[in-house]
Amino acid sequence: MADLQVEIGKLTFPNPVLVASGTFGYGDECRDLVDVTQLGGIVTKSLSLKPRDGNPPTRIVETACGMLNSIGLANIGVEKFITEKLSYLGTLHTRIIVNIAASTIDEYCTVLSMLDEHDGIDGYEINVSCPNVKDGGLSFGTSCEMTAEITRRLRALTTRTLIMKLTPNVTHISEFARAVAGEGADAVSLINTVVGMAVDIWKRKPKLSTTTGGLSGPAIKPIALAKVYEVAQAVNIPIIGIGGVRTAEDAIEFMLVGASAVQVGTANFIDPSIGVKMLDGLHKYCERQKIGSIREIVGAVETQQELSVIHSWL
Amino acid sequence: MIQTYSRVVSTDKVGSNILVLSIHSPEIARAVKPGQFINIKVGEWDQPLLRRPFSVYHTEGEILHIIFSVIGFGTTALSQKREGDMLDLIGPLGCPYTIDNDYGTAILVAGGVGVAPLPMLTLALKKLGRSIHTFLGARTRDQIVTKYLENLHLATDDGSSGFHGTVVNALRQHFCDAEYLRPKIFACGPNAMLRSLSNLAAEFDVPCEVSLESAMACGIGICQGCPIEVVGDGRKYALVCKEGTVFDTRTIRIS
Repeated sequence: MADLQVEIGKLTFPNPVLVASGTFGYGDECRDLVDVTQLGGIVTKSLSLKPRDGNPPTRIVETACGMLNSIGLANIGVEKFITEKLSYLGTLHTRIIVNIAASTIDEYCTVLSMLDEHDGIDGYEINVSCPNVKDGGLSFGTSCEMTAEITRRLRALTTRTLIMKLTPNVTHISEFARAVAGEGADAVSLINTVVGMAVDIWKRKPKLSTTTGGLSGPAIKPIALAKVYEVAQAVNIPIIGIGGVRTAEDAIEFMLVGASAVQVGTANFIDPSIGVKMLDGLHKYCERQKIGSIREIVGAVETQQELSVIHSWL
Repeated sequence: MIQTYSRVVSTDKVGSNILVLSIHSPEIARAVKPGQFINIKVGEWDQPLLRRPFSVYHTEGEILHIIFSVIGFGTTALSQKREGDMLDLIGPLGCPYTIDNDYGTAILVAGGVGVAPLPMLTLALKKLGRSIHTFLGARTRDQIVTKYLENLHLATDDGSSGFHGTVVNALRQHFCDAEYLRPKIFACGPNAMLRSLSNLAAEFDVPCEVSLESAMACGIGICQGCPIEVVGDGRKYALVCKEGTVFDTRTIRIS
């Protein structure tokens, strides 16, 4: 059996397959269907300071090989998370990354400080890239200065692993990765959803209540791979690849272009045990490639840099 | 809630464009209660990507049945399943109808393939010795499926069978004419019908439980994709998949 352990920031993960924020609840909803202790880690649903109701229906639309969502960060709020969810998560013997979303920089800081007083949390993923809320969200994530400032402020507050989740809805995502690396982020995760839209032709209205939403699923995997590759050329901190991952082969593609780990997102909605099912394929790949550790494939893709378009803007 | 790979036993046409699919799925068939649903992966991975939720229509021992109209990608794929094909199911999901509280007559109301949860419900109510009246509505007579149901009152939009008009108006007429003993309504159908039914129930002060349809991504409460507005609860939305699909109409606002 190959060694599937990977390292991100100060953390060692038992394997590189995590579940993405917003696609696995707070870890307790899926316990009948999957042995969550087998996962590399769980990234929780985004938490804000106060509970959020989320957006009105319709929040979900299926599209070709993907789905649009406009949930609007519906969540129970940090206080309820601490009192009701944290103790259960602590019993799971898997890495727990808490995702934080906020409307102001101060709110990010308050939520992180509240969480930092409690055990059972291994690290934070900072959502500066939600496309479905008016306040905060993407308005932070599309400003390089703001993203850097949030990173700087949060870095000063915690020694735990700090992961910044980046949006693909910018011209050059690598600039954002450089900025957060420069402010001391331990890692970046990418990509959040791609802004998209669907229209009901009979009603002549957008299918989502918020007009646009975030596209996820297999449809965005090629975009995500290109973004991870771009970022991998630009920074030395670890990258967590997200976007359409549903098989071991998908995870391996992301790792070859530079991801140290991956997050499974939309695929959890179809099969909550998909992340665990992928592990067997990772072992088999290592065996066939005669490699002792999955870490050997990180960034091992062979490209012709002189022909690459990406390298011209890096 | 379990995930199983289950074998298709048969696909039978029971009305105009309406099919019943029978699946050998012992664990779910034994556990499911009236109003609960299963979430089916109808195709290979990408198209359609998401599972499709279906109320359980009826069970016979280890076999469960679902009923559906062939409308889009998902139901077309499902309509092409044949004996021996395997389906990936998660279920039973959602909360069932509340059938054992204090009321006299059970009034069952459905529109179109909203008839889906009524056979299981009818059987459970009969076991409890309840008196049952069933109101079924559809666009036209060949879209009405009456099997396993009791004391039928039909309504069609085109007047081809029973009351000429909506099933809710048919029920309104009965409420005005007949005296039901402490009735409670159990319903399933499109949102527009359930909204009008909810108003009728409020007007006649009759308790009413409805099973709602909603687009869903996960069906198990993690994606937060299927909100229904709730009233008097201190929060704005409940999730149709997990806290429903059955709701007391006094607790929700159907849009």
